[in-house]
Formats: sequence, structure tokens, C-alpha cells
Amino acid sequence: MSLLSAGFRPYTAGEGDFQAPTIEEFYPQVIAFAGTPFEINRIMLIRLLVMTLLIVVFTLWTSKFRKSTATGQFVPGRFQMMGEISLNFVRKSIAHEQLGEKDGDRFLPLLTTIFFIVLGMNITGIIPGLNIAGTSVIGLPMLLAGVAYVTFIYAGVKRHGMKFFKNALFPAGVPKAFYALVTPIEFLSTFILRPVTLALRLMMNMIAGHLLLVLCFTATHYFFLYSDGFFKFFGVGTFTFGFVFTLFEILVAFLQAYVFTLLTTVYIQLSLADEH
Amino acid sequence: MTIGIHELLMPTVSANPLIPAVADIVWSAVVFAILLVFFWLKVLPNFKKNIDARTEAIEGRLAQAEKAQAEAAAKTANIEAEQAEARAEAAQIRESARAEGAAILAELKEQASLEAARMTETAKKQIEAERQSAIISLRAEVGALALDLASSVVAQNLKEDKNASSIVSGFLSDLEKDSKKN
Repeated sequence: MSLLSAGFRPYTAGEGDFQAPTIEEFYPQVIAFAGTPFEINRIMLIRLLVMTLLIVVFTLWTSKFRKSTATGQFVPGRFQMMGEISLNFVRKSIAHEQLGEKDGDRFLPLLTTIFFIVLGMNITGIIPGLNIAGTSVIGLPMLLAGVAYVTFIYAGVKRHGMKFFKNALFPAGVPKAFYALVTPIEFLSTFILRPVTLALRLMMNMIAGHLLLVLCFTATHYFFLYSDGFFKFFGVGTFTFGFVFTLFEILVAFLQAYVFTLLTTVYIQLSLADEH
Repeated sequence: MTIGIHELLMPTVSANPLIPAVADIVWSAVVFAILLVFFWLKVLPNFKKNIDARTEAIEGRLAQAEKAQAEAAAKTANIEAEQAEARAEAAQIRESARAEGAAILAELKEQASLEAARMTETAKKQIEAERQSAIISLRAEVGALALDLASSVVAQNLKEDKNASSIVSGFLSDLEKDSKKN
């Protein structure tokens, strides 16, 4: 067990001991503002970096849109097309598909923000030099799940008033006697499990992905540099695994961003629907 | 060297991955708030404006093209109508010219025949007049001749019958001489 408990940063282990990754991976050293609510560590820095990149890229796209509107040149270039495809993915494939154009456009700013934050933060998990997802610590997933939670309740209350809670907890068409059973289940699934699963699904995916990659690559490192003879060949296997899992993580990054946004949209849609 | 999930997630350190640190929440909220405002106020309005403007432009251009096509069709129809009209007019002009020509011809013919009739009439009248004058002058001449002859016959008879017949023959030879002179 000394292997597990000893490692703080597996990357820095150079003494020939194999250092398996631990949950400590996700609590790197504080770099600035220690002891204040604004403590900054590597992951917070990564988040700020992702935010900056998102702002830069989308500002460039926005200026393209603006120019196109102003000049009346409506044939988009390749770069502008990429922006349109990205934004239309959330707008059309998620928002309009689930909510229709009117409600879809109402909630579009939130959904777009959620999608691109999650995607941007997820993808840092496989970017060399960053190597950890901004969504792999609970704060961000929890915050986004909280926002989704507040939003779908807001959507329901705005549309149906207090009847929203009645519709959600006492579904129509169920015999009265069953409410004793149905209502607690509905309460649990709608008002507790929805936000919890949103946050945990995202975070656990990112944690698991990161641990897998670290495990594969530290093992490769160990096999290549510190094992003897035949065992060096294991390094080829672990490296291949690491490579494949890196590709897989790209898929997971997109998929989790899509799932998180889609579920938020579906919850809003369920709140807006007339009958439950 | 097996690593259980417990050792992975719940190691001997204090961190519990399910409980967020304050700074974690704070920075998440900062990042989220900034990006939400950014997308809400800047990116999406411009994006929507661009898309709407494009849709409008495309629809506008389609309508414009349709209008242009309709205009062209109308123009073609106009030209065709004008052509037909011109053709009809030309035919009419030709027709009227032909009619006019025929009328002129008929008129000329009539005039000519009238003229001919008039000329015939005049000629007839002239001939009649000449005939009348000839008759008159003949009558006068024949009378005078008859008188001459009668007086000559009467004068000779008074002398001898032989003489009388010689006078007649002399008179007749005179007549022949006269007609030869004429």
C-alpha cells in the first residue's frame, strides 16, 4: 500500500517506484491566494484558460457574423462555417429539437454556455501540458447541475405556477391510493436525482478518464525505464492502451457535453409540457 | 499490484471528491457567469442576427428573381402582342392599299369609258353636223344646178331641138369636168 499512499504526483516519481494515480491528482498544490476563497491551483488555472480560449474563439466568430451581417456577404467562409456549425449544433440539434424554436431560443444562452463550458473543460483532459479536465473536480459539475436544476424549476413555475409541483409530484391518471408510493419516487427522481446524476455522471467520467490515462502512461513510463528485460514489452501494451483511451476520451468529452446539455434541455421540456 | 476502486477514490488523504472546496465553487461560478453573459449578450444575438439577415436576404433574392422572371415574361408577352399588332396593322394597310388601288383603277376605268363615250358623242354630233351642212350645201347646189340646167334647156328649146340635146350633153360634160376638178 505504500505504492498508493506515497504518491502525490506520479509524474515526479523518478526513483523507480511505480506510482499509481490517486484522488490526490485532483487536488494539486495551491499556487496563489492560499487560504482565501479564491485559492488558485492548476485546475482553476485550466478553467480560466479554457474560459479565455472560449472567449477568444467566439469573439472571432462573432466578429465574422457581425461583418457578414453588416456587409451583406452571406456566403460564410470556412472559419465562420465552423462557428455556425458549433452554435447550430446546440441551437438546432438540442434546443429546437426538444423545445421548439420559441422556447428553444429562450433557453439557448444557458444551453449554449453549458455545452461549451463542459466541452471546453472536458477536452483539457487530453491536451498535453494540461492533462486534466476542468470538470473533474466537483465544483463546476455541481454548479452547472445547480443551474440546470434552478432553470427547469423556473421554467415549470413560470409556465404553470404552483401547479407545476402538483403536476410533478402527483402525476395525472394515477389512482389516488398510489400517490403514497408514486409521490416520494417522483420527488426523489425529479428533485434530487436529476441534479445529483447530472453532476456525478460528468465528474466521474472525467475522473475515471483521467485516472485511466495516468495509469496507462505512468505504467508505460515505469515499464520502459525501470523494469528489466522482458517486462519492458509490457510498456508497448500500456502505451497502446493509453493511446486508445486518449482517443476514447475525446469521444467522452463530446459525449458528456452533449449528454449534460441534452438532459438539461429535456428537464426543461418536461417542466414546460402541459401534462406530466 | 491490484488497485481497488476504494483505494482510488477514498485514499488515506483528507480529500473527498464529492465535497467541493469553496475556491472550486467560486472559480466555477466566475467562469460560468462570465461565459453566460458573453454568450447571452454578445455571441448569440450577433449569431441570430446574421442567420436572420441571411434568411431574409435569401428569401428577398428569391422574390427578386421571381419578380424579374415575371417581368421578363410580361415583357415577352408585350413584345409578342406588339408584334401581332404590327403584323395585323401591316395586313390592314396592305388590304386597304389593295382596296384603294382597285378603287382607283375602277375610277380610272370609269373615267376612261366616260371620256370615250363623250368623245364618241362629240364625234357623232360633229358627223351629224357635217352631214347636215353637206345636205344643206348639196341641196343649195343641186337647186342652183337644176335652175341652171332648166334655164339653159329652156333657152335652147327656144331655138332648135338639136341644140337642146347638145346643150344637155355639154352640161353633163361640164359636170364631169367639175367632179374631176374636185
